[in-house]
Amino acid sequence: MSLFDFIRKPRQPKSAQTAKDRLQILLAHERSREGSPEADYLPMLQADIVAAIRKYVAIGDKDVEVRMERGDQMSSLEINIELPKTPATKAG
Amino acid sequence: MTTEAKNNPPLGRVIVITSGKGGVGKTTSSAAISAGLAKKGFRTVVIDFDVGLRNLDMIMGCERRVVFDFINVIQGDAKLKQALIKDKRLDTLSILPTSQTRDKDALTKEGVEQILNELKTEFDYIICDSPAGIERGAQLAMYFADEAVVVTNPEVSSVRDSDRVLGLLGSQTKRAETDGAEPIKAQVLITRYDPSRVEIGEMMTVEDVLEILAVPLLGVIPESKAILRASNVGTPVVLDAPSAASEAYEDAVIRLTGTELEMRIVGERKPGLFQRLFGRTA
Repeated sequence: MSLFDFIRKPRQPKSAQTAKDRLQILLAHERSREGSPEADYLPMLQADIVAAIRKYVAIGDKDVEVRMERGDQMSSLEINIELPKTPATKAG
Repeated sequence: MTTEAKNNPPLGRVIVITSGKGGVGKTTSSAAISAGLAKKGFRTVVIDFDVGLRNLDMIMGCERRVVFDFINVIQGDAKLKQALIKDKRLDTLSILPTSQTRDKDALTKEGVEQILNELKTEFDYIICDSPAGIERGAQLAMYFADEAVVVTNPEVSSVRDSDRVLGLLGSQTKRAETDGAEPIKAQVLITRYDPSRVEIGEMMTVEDVLEILAVPLLGVIPESKAILRASNVGTPVVLDAPSAASEAYEDAVIRLTGTELEMRIVGERKPGLFQRLFGRTA
């Protein structure tokens, strides 16, 4: 350890800033999941979408993904449907 | 003030001191805040909700005077008057100790409500010292509250738990469940704040914590040796020798009673040579 070590000390981010950043990311996630009772309908919505699509295309239970994202200004509902490689319908 | 307040009808405000995380200073703060209110002449009672882990009595210095407790009153084995311990230092202050029973179901919602209603007819402030966690004791401590003081250390797990508790205050309480009722007035009390560590970026600032939790600030209690000293001798910190912590609690108490007071962060400074020679000026 030399006397001039302090000059070469790499500038690390302050740990308090890291704590704040981690908390902000985590709590944004936790708050969106809990405390929003309306998000309870997502599994039912997912099942309904699967049932509706299954009338026309053979898809599995897990092929429909429903995600809700809540923001201050805007919330969005993201529905991702994965179709099988060879659609089991005549139209194609 | 004291005589004036005593002739008025009691305010009957129920304030829960809560946090989620343990060890952040709920009981210390409950003791300091209730003693601070009583010192100002408000008729104050402080209730220990931590069934099975009674501790408020030790912090208040009345552990040898406990005969009946909160659970005895709920179960009808004792009258409320028999269980209340009058503080020997302040005649406006009373303590309702909890039971050492291991039966968690001893606390009932109806029992708590009945006792609170009875206390409201006699006291200006009813301070509920919540246990840690979010189980029954903590739920019942907050359920009937008009106001909440969320005790938070500037540290990640404490802030996260405080956020969780703020969510519960806004959803799992009587005020939250009653249509048209004003929501619980929640304020954060930052404890164990170390300005010297904040200065070098080792601890989150007051602003950081407030930005995350987004609730008003009741006060900032600096890390202080006075806290352990006061608990060693069973004296609420505001009744002990003046310290940075006691001053900060006194400020918080003034704000709690609805008086606006500029926020100041009292650091525990070691007296410099000049101060030691000429005495404290501030």
